[in-house]
Amino acid sequence: MSQALQQLINGITLGAIYGLIAIGYTMVYGIIGMINFAHGDIYMVSAFIAVTCFTLVAGAGITSVVASIAITLVVCIALTSAFGWTVERVGYRPLRSSSRLAPLISSIGISIFLQNAVQITQGARVKSIQPLVTGGVNLIAPEGRQGAYISYAQILIVGVTVLLMCAFTLFINRTSFGRQQRACEQDQRMMQFLGYNVDRIIALTFMIGAGLAAVAGVMVTLYYGVVDFSIGFQAGIKAFTAAVLGGIGSLPGAMLGGIIIGLIEAFWAAYLSPEYKDVATFVILIVVLMFRPSGLLGRPEVEKV
Amino acid sequence: MTTPRPLLRVENLTMQFGGLRAIENLSMHAHAAQVTSVIGPNGAGKTTFFNCLTGFYKPTQGALTLSHPRRGDLRLDAIRSVNVARAAQVVRTFQNIRLFPRMTVLENLMVAQHNTLQSASRFSLAGALNLGSYRRASEQAIDNALTWLGRLGVRDVAEKAAGDMPYGVQRRVEIARAMCAGPILLCLDEPAAGLNPRESAELTALLRSLAKEQGIGILLIEHDMSVVMKVSDHIVVLNHGKKIAEGCPAEVRSNPDVISAYLGEDDDSSSDEPVSRERSAHA
Amino acid sequence: MSATMMKDSGVSLRIRDALWASVIAGLVGLPLLGLTTRDGMHGLQVETRWPLLAAFIAIAFAGRFTLQTVMHRLKVAPKSRASTRPAPSIAGNGALAWLGAGCVAFAVLLPAVFAGNRYVVDTATTVLIYIMLGWGLNVVVGLAGLLDLGYVAFYAVGAYTYGLLSTHFGFGFWEAFPVAGALAAFFAMVLGYPTLRLRGDYLAIVTLGFGEIIRLVLVNWGDLTGGPNGISSIPKPTFFGLPMTASGDGPTFASVFGIDYSPGQRVVFLYYLILGLALLTSLLVNRLRRLPVGRAWEAVREDEIACKAMGINVTNVKLSAFATGAMLAGCAGVFFAARQGFISPESFTFPESATILAIVVLGGMGSQLGVVFAATVLVVLPELGRDFSEYRMLAFGVAMVLIMIARPGGLISHRRATVNVPPEAKQ
Repeated sequence: MSQALQQLINGITLGAIYGLIAIGYTMVYGIIGMINFAHGDIYMVSAFIAVTCFTLVAGAGITSVVASIAITLVVCIALTSAFGWTVERVGYRPLRSSSRLAPLISSIGISIFLQNAVQITQGARVKSIQPLVTGGVNLIAPEGRQGAYISYAQILIVGVTVLLMCAFTLFINRTSFGRQQRACEQDQRMMQFLGYNVDRIIALTFMIGAGLAAVAGVMVTLYYGVVDFSIGFQAGIKAFTAAVLGGIGSLPGAMLGGIIIGLIEAFWAAYLSPEYKDVATFVILIVVLMFRPSGLLGRPEVEKV
Repeated sequence: MTTPRPLLRVENLTMQFGGLRAIENLSMHAHAAQVTSVIGPNGAGKTTFFNCLTGFYKPTQGALTLSHPRRGDLRLDAIRSVNVARAAQVVRTFQNIRLFPRMTVLENLMVAQHNTLQSASRFSLAGALNLGSYRRASEQAIDNALTWLGRLGVRDVAEKAAGDMPYGVQRRVEIARAMCAGPILLCLDEPAAGLNPRESAELTALLRSLAKEQGIGILLIEHDMSVVMKVSDHIVVLNHGKKIAEGCPAEVRSNPDVISAYLGEDDDSSSDEPVSRERSAHA
Repeated sequence: MSATMMKDSGVSLRIRDALWASVIAGLVGLPLLGLTTRDGMHGLQVETRWPLLAAFIAIAFAGRFTLQTVMHRLKVAPKSRASTRPAPSIAGNGALAWLGAGCVAFAVLLPAVFAGNRYVVDTATTVLIYIMLGWGLNVVVGLAGLLDLGYVAFYAVGAYTYGLLSTHFGFGFWEAFPVAGALAAFFAMVLGYPTLRLRGDYLAIVTLGFGEIIRLVLVNWGDLTGGPNGISSIPKPTFFGLPMTASGDGPTFASVFGIDYSPGQRVVFLYYLILGLALLTSLLVNRLRRLPVGRAWEAVREDEIACKAMGINVTNVKLSAFATGAMLAGCAGVFFAARQGFISPESFTFPESATILAIVVLGGMGSQLGVVFAATVLVVLPELGRDFSEYRMLAFGVAMVLIMIARPGGLISHRRATVNVPPEAKQ
């Protein structure tokens, strides 16, 4: 019983991280209809930036955990957004009117580039930092057996994610930029005719996606304490699966999909077999795409002939 | 005059997308060796109708029956979509030109004869070994392709890339390709779009002769009224997914519902005979 | 306004543009280039590399400025938003055919030209494996337009099939060959049947997932696959039953041909073996291209909906391309296992799939000759500068982006028509 509760907690935490990354995928897909293969690696870059930032902050003598996290979040979001902007500008904008295959291949190239660039500039070995947020709360503590334990880090991650989701939903639904962004998703041509700077809207979409991935990167650094250049690839596929599961193009769907994937991963690893937990995710992806490609919250697409 | 059995019989066709009824209770018919036009304002459901006929949409309700000369009555709404062209021999073109741009015109027409060539190649084995039977089938296919290109007056572009050519030439190549697929019923979606008056007149003559000579039925979606009036034996008028008139050109032209819904709002380039009496009556 | 003034405003605009580029470069370069963390005594320590960052910013500034100036000089309009699909160009016989013949001749004579230089023959053997893989993936991606990111899975199926059949059941190279090819094709059909009707991007991810599933199974199903340690002692191929060894029970290649055994013989034998396989692959693919099935591959790539309207079973066409490509990968895998004598999941990772994809993309999708050049460049270049092998993947990534922007058709974007108007029909 407490094992199940523990996995529930672990799964939701993991799922929150996947969800944040998945939103980036779904936003970009919604607006330009392409999968940003490099998105997972943007998240990875953010994790590395977080490691460096945390180390710098600690070295500068700042001991307040809140301050460290706040500073790191700001720095990561800012720099990672720059990465997001660059990826769009260099790898997507020149190809916006090409065949479907070209931007996909270009994004694969960028993904390879980022992974190797980080590997070369930051070293191929894992980086680990001391956990900043320690301790937690025992939820169920039965006599003699292992109870369920929720760490403060987990609470932080889920809390930050919830806050971010609320703010983000308000942003997309209430602000004028959010409206423009949604309009671009529907009809880019029309937006151009109406005089909107579609280039800028798309660029900002990439940056926002990158910003959310940045938060995920910081969270994962806090949570696990280890990063290496390959985490982007793994997380990227899972987050993409989450986006598809939830319904590509749907923002709540991305978060929902993330939570579901996180839960499945946690429970599979605990009850079935840890080695094959990734296989479970891929199989889910294939099954979803086969039977319900529009996902849980998406609308089925009817192709105009 | 006894009219022979219609080639295509549409009975109570309804196509619904969620809350939208694109086609409602449509019944009509089309005969072999005749040209039947489907007209109506934009959004009337014409292309949706074609999509239902050719297996791209599954109708919500209704029956689409094709009287195939060799295979008997086939329900187009019930057979697998790949068999619509393969077995029922219903071939269509699209509003936007869908040639294979990076392949040559000749290759485009060879692809249209894919099913014939594929069975001649016996799972590619006869083809790979270049056996006589396959070679003959291949030569025949090339011959067929070149003949149709000649018929459409585009023989000289046979070895050019299909994406490289002017619009009018591409349209004609598309029709030649459709004919190579050996249709019993040919469905053309706005074939005269973008053609100048001379090309439209040539197209009109061609379509009429195709229908008569080949004995096929031609179904046409068209907006150009001069083409429609000159080429059609039979016209069906749609508006908001419903049929509002059906008959020969003279009947349709003088039908008041049609005039108010469609012909009355048409632009100047329509038929040269003024519809003065009826129009002034409704002005 | 005088001409000088106009030129100045142009220059100042470009300088401002380049300044922005350097700002972005600074932001992007700061966390990765300017700073890094190293393991210190008490955990990580931050290390600064300001000169590196400064150099990066300077290069960005100079590069952007130069690019803008060059484009301005060439009076090239900024990439218009009109379609940038490569203009179809149909090359007839001629230059490319001669080039191809020349390559084959060079390949056949290579061991003679470089007699005694085992390293060259060895590298050439590796190049030929990648060429064969590239031609195989070319069928899937180049001809049929299906983006397969998990091609390495079929390569692995072939390699492990031979590895297992030979070590457990005593299968020889030639016996395992057809089995491996068929098994790989079977896997492709099983994967492809439910997924090939998906859109391009989704198919890409699904195939990627499949590649990863295969790798994870190889790593974790130790009982079957030997896990991370893989399978070793895989026998080398024989010359029609005569082993290429110094001595053995029964006749060996050297003993039958009455020559002294030398290890170089096997190297050359392996080279000619893969050369033969590659040439067979090329013949097969070329033949298939000219058949209805091959034309259908290309037609489905060009416009699926038009194909469907002509009564072509699009799913079957895609499956045939997918299975053909997989079979070729499986066969290449058998050779790979036989040559190495040892296989492990390490050789079958996503970067490997990406490399093969890079070869097809850079070479020119659909072009046989392009794959040859791309494979040669991608394998040989890092060998020339051993230090550069680190940067190899980095360069791949950059190259893939650049090719898509500048020359999406790849190095060789010409396409040979599969059927011509017969001469007697030409007026």
